[in-house]
Amino acid sequence: MHVPDGFFNAATSVGAGMVSAGAIAASLRKAASELSDRLVPLAGLVGAFVFALQMLNFPVASGTSGHLIGGALAAVLVGPWIGCLCLAVVLLVQALLFADGGITAYGINVVLIAVVPSFVGWGAFRTARALLPASRAAVVTASGVAAFVSVPVAAALFAVLFAVGGSVDVGFGSVLAAMVGVHLLVGIGEALITGAVVSAVVATRPDLVRGARDLVPAPALRARAAGDVAGGVAGEVRA
Amino acid sequence: MTRTAGIFVLAGLLVGLGLALLVSPLASSAPDGLEKVAEEEGFAEAADPQLDAPRAGTAVARPVGVLVTFGVGLALFGTVRVVRARAAASSGSPVATPPASP
Repeated sequence: MHVPDGFFNAATSVGAGMVSAGAIAASLRKAASELSDRLVPLAGLVGAFVFALQMLNFPVASGTSGHLIGGALAAVLVGPWIGCLCLAVVLLVQALLFADGGITAYGINVVLIAVVPSFVGWGAFRTARALLPASRAAVVTASGVAAFVSVPVAAALFAVLFAVGGSVDVGFGSVLAAMVGVHLLVGIGEALITGAVVSAVVATRPDLVRGARDLVPAPALRARAAGDVAGGVAGEVRA
Repeated sequence: MTRTAGIFVLAGLLVGLGLALLVSPLASSAPDGLEKVAEEEGFAEAADPQLDAPRAGTAVARPVGVLVTFGVGLALFGTVRVVRARAAASSGSPVATPPASP
């Protein structure tokens, strides 16, 4: 869903740039209060892994493909604030080094691919978890639901933004229907990939999954934290 | 970071590199959802790239992109962590550990 240069007029691009700058600033503030020493490399990994997964286009209909957005995945793994920043880093590398997503469309892409999927995904994840039993299987299911929901919501927002500030005058209704229609299919792939990755991480290191933190017994978390200090990492004081 | 968490990050990075090297050549080259809709709705021609770079990246560029993304992420999150630790140190309060509740 990477928006290239030229799709949006200057005012909309600048407006989206300001919204994304605000979202990134707020995410940086929240990330500062959430980042522990061991979360730093994990957050870097989430960005790198999403970057890799975004290259894997899968066919969704005749002559059309889709790929993971990864905002919901990142939110479940490291929380929506750090997850949003992970996606903003992915988009920056793609725009600057791969010409995937326009440089003048960076703000639009941050809104559509970082902010909306991370926070809509996290909201859907929390809602689904509240309705499901407290189990690791429920974390995987809720991740898939969150991933599925996040994609058509972002696609619908593209249609709204394009109606407001698109560089070409086309019918809002038909763009909306086409975008949501194809991205409902992309969302199925998003759900399957997200569920598979979350399932693998929950099975190996549930303590590293933000969305499964309540399922890890507190003594285990404390032991991990003690291990962090014993491992020579300074500054991690736990009462 | 614990040793096992370090191994986890290393293993995750290797899987990501493996996907970029071995699986991404098999990825569909059909237009993605937005590109397809742009073609059908008649606004695909509005695309006007401002930077000149290979669109999907070459076989070499893809794993390099994974490593660059990891490096940029480490730099960003490491900086956020250090800045907060310094701010906490200068204000005299201990560095708070994030709560364990979800």
